[in-house]
Amino acid sequence: MTPTLSIRNLTVDIPTRHGTLRPVQDVSYDIAQGEILGVVGESGAGKSMAGNAVIGLLNPPAHIASGEIHLNGTRIDHLQGDDMRRLRGQQIGMVFQDPLTSLNPLLKIGDQLTETMLAHLDISQSEARKRAIAALEEVGIPGAAQRVDSYPHEFSGGMRQRVVIALALCAEPSLIIADEPTTALDVSVQAQIIALLKRLCRDRGTAVMLITHDMGVIAEAADRVAVMYAGQLTELGAVRDVLTAPLHPYTDGLMGSTPLASRGKARLHQIPGAMPRLDALPDGCAFHPRCPRAQADCVRNPGPTLSDGQGRAACFHPLVREDVA
Amino acid sequence: MVDTPLPPDAPIAVKDPSRLRLALQSDFIYQFKRSPVAVVSFAITLLLVLSAIFAPLIAPYDPFDPGSLNLMNGFSAPMTPNAFTGDSFWLGTDDQGRDVFSTILYGMRISLFVGAAAVAFAMVLGITLGLLAGYVGGWTETIIMRIADVQLTFPSILVAMLIFGVAKGVTPVEYRDQMAIWVLIIAIGLSDWVQFARVVRGATLVEKNKEYVAAAKLIGRTGPAIMMRHILPNVLSPVLVIATISLALAIIAEATLSFLGVGAPPTQPSLGTLIRIGQGFLFSGEWWILLFPALTLLTLALSVNLLGDWLRDALNPRLR
Amino acid sequence: MALVSVTNLTRIFDVSKPWLNRVIERKPKAMLTAVSDVSFDIEERTVYALVGESGSGKSTIGKMLVGLLAPSTGSVDIRGVDLARETDAAKIDDVRADIQMIFQDPFASLNPRWRVRDIIVEPVAARGGETRGLAERLLEQVGLAARDAGKFPHEFSGGQRQRICIARALASEPKLIVCDEPTSALDVSVQAQVLNLMSDLKDEFGLTYLFISHDLTVVQHMADKIGVLYLGRLVEEADPDTLFDTPKHPYTQMLLAAAPQLDGFGREVAPPTGEIPDPINPPPGCAYNPRCPLAADICRTTRPELRRVGNARVACHMVD
Repeated sequence: MTPTLSIRNLTVDIPTRHGTLRPVQDVSYDIAQGEILGVVGESGAGKSMAGNAVIGLLNPPAHIASGEIHLNGTRIDHLQGDDMRRLRGQQIGMVFQDPLTSLNPLLKIGDQLTETMLAHLDISQSEARKRAIAALEEVGIPGAAQRVDSYPHEFSGGMRQRVVIALALCAEPSLIIADEPTTALDVSVQAQIIALLKRLCRDRGTAVMLITHDMGVIAEAADRVAVMYAGQLTELGAVRDVLTAPLHPYTDGLMGSTPLASRGKARLHQIPGAMPRLDALPDGCAFHPRCPRAQADCVRNPGPTLSDGQGRAACFHPLVREDVA
Repeated sequence: MVDTPLPPDAPIAVKDPSRLRLALQSDFIYQFKRSPVAVVSFAITLLLVLSAIFAPLIAPYDPFDPGSLNLMNGFSAPMTPNAFTGDSFWLGTDDQGRDVFSTILYGMRISLFVGAAAVAFAMVLGITLGLLAGYVGGWTETIIMRIADVQLTFPSILVAMLIFGVAKGVTPVEYRDQMAIWVLIIAIGLSDWVQFARVVRGATLVEKNKEYVAAAKLIGRTGPAIMMRHILPNVLSPVLVIATISLALAIIAEATLSFLGVGAPPTQPSLGTLIRIGQGFLFSGEWWILLFPALTLLTLALSVNLLGDWLRDALNPRLR
Repeated sequence: MALVSVTNLTRIFDVSKPWLNRVIERKPKAMLTAVSDVSFDIEERTVYALVGESGSGKSTIGKMLVGLLAPSTGSVDIRGVDLARETDAAKIDDVRADIQMIFQDPFASLNPRWRVRDIIVEPVAARGGETRGLAERLLEQVGLAARDAGKFPHEFSGGQRQRICIARALASEPKLIVCDEPTSALDVSVQAQVLNLMSDLKDEFGLTYLFISHDLTVVQHMADKIGVLYLGRLVEEADPDTLFDTPKHPYTQMLLAAAPQLDGFGREVAPPTGEIPDPINPPPGCAYNPRCPLAADICRTTRPELRRVGNARVACHMVD
């Protein structure tokens, strides 16, 4: 079966006065129908940049330098202007960290929902309004029939993010890109939003790209996980395998440095140093200066890359684990 | 950037790069070099300012030395020998035989001095009041900003004329010409402080809530110390932009006042005074007495203004 | 005796609209109770953590502890001195030197116009102390290089800036450091470095921390004692083991259940219901009663006192 989203060897370049930066380098992954793929990495790892490339929202001068993006088997990375906009509304829904950026503060939320539906679905005005109320009910907004005529500022942060999810789903897209959807929210509200996103996408078979820095959110929500470091894909696999038995030394270090509830006051594992800046990437594997397993070939050769389905960790000397096939 | 510390035996006394060197390497200078408008307007401004400063060295005549004047040279057209004396002047002469080129150089001195001093006065006043209003808040802020609001409802040239008129009324006649320049500076400065105060207050409101200010309060730094040492350096870049654009406006304001006859006296003519004098001769055919001072004023104000526009774009990327 | 003793601390903010708007719209004054009747002690050389969601008042308590905000009622005693009421300037100065703070946003807590050296030694320089070589020594102590002293903050990454903040906090050799979300702006691997550094420094210098955070896992890792805040009230206080193994207050239980877990693959928890109420009009009785599964009539009328239950202190009518 064709995956909903298929990214192949995606590279994004930003030309600057000091030379070309490469925030995304040779990244490939698929997201199947109904699957939630978690994309994790620290700030500057290129995880959001890859998402923006898919929806054609790269800020110039950033641009796709090479690679292909396919949505439901159709190539979309070269679409421009109106074609991209139509695709974005109809086939790809977006949920960002700050719900206020996705909502027009001057329009009632009901109008924003019906407007989106009328633009992409062949339905009547009254039908659209009915569906808008149903959509708000579905995302758990109490008194949806009345609140449909409220403005965005009349909602709390959590409720606003629910509205954004309703808006993202109302045109029945096949892919949702959720970029740090719960980072600005409190723990209790975060749990509500994650549960909602999971339920709705499972019910509709929508594929989700869940971009976050929070390993806990990934563990609970994602089916598979893609770990990024300095613009490259370092590890890709089923979430349970990657999180409990990471093969790439970076993933291993990342897991070790997360203060886990069960680990108590023991000293945290430390990855020495910090992620290199894009204008100062080391030769060889980008992770080698911080890597405990680095050997001569890691310094010499550029790190291996992962294409989907082939191997799990982009590493010359991955950790050896018996219990992982 | 890797967090590894130096080996412990590394020398501690490494000379810090100077602020000037850092500034020269910055994106600011890079952007400047890439903007032809900025480079050209900066070059013209610099040329005009230097020639004003060194007017006594550059000017072929001293237009204010009655001994060097020859009335017979009056109304010489540019680049043509005078009918009586045979002397030739680049830009011609006025009715009293003064070399127009020299009077422009000296006039520009007055114009630039008045403009720069007025902006400096407005800047000091505006920054002080803006910092106070933003940092202290409460009634201090209300009073300062309401005064500013009221003043903004009058055209600044009217405010300046009012101040000028009052000052003229209270100064004895014999000092009037000497005082004129200083009154002009205060009048233009007082009509111009409001925008500095507004911008500084706005920036102060943002900065004072940042955590580095809390950190300074925490260790017992007092209000004035925090305002001067912490907040002021961080609100200066918008001030620089306004100061440049204000300089152009102040030069024009000075010219306007002088043109209206309430500014620089004929004994110390600024560009505006020269234009006022020159317009009397426009219809009798001596166009050069008006045209050249007017062109100089235009070039000066335009290049300073363009420089200010570019500065605003360069220092505030969000506006682009 | 405890190093810090907080007694019945309350802070009310006036968040009313301006007077004129209130009169026209016939609205009453709006008072926001950010912190309500909070009492706890911090023993010397321990880490006391305050956790809570937004609007819980945790940062307000931190600001009152360091003297950036005055309490409305109640008191904060540090080494027996109440900063808000003490009149002896020498005593205030003495206690002030013992308190420092580390802030959340490493990009706002360092003055961008100052060199790192000047930033770090400011707490000492403000008191006229000897600062030669101090910045270099402290930089090495926090894992940076001595030559970094001459750089400006923008040359550092977030984690490195937070190290500079820690160096500044250590400069005046304080006893108590209030850490307001010190790692919530940092990436996981950098957070681990900073948390480890803070633990090391605590042992090395015999420090006491008040650690303010919304992140339960970080708190559990750092704290000797944890206070859970909800809507400005302390609802539960216990040591980490007790709190995480046997949370007593329904709000604590909800928080622990809702926090994402690293081994919670495909976990389907019934998400908590409701949201934090408006702090201007908090519900009567127990602030948590509208969301509480155990709520009875008494919870809607009477505010529960914080009382000892086993190893913990809990403010709940339904727990025994």
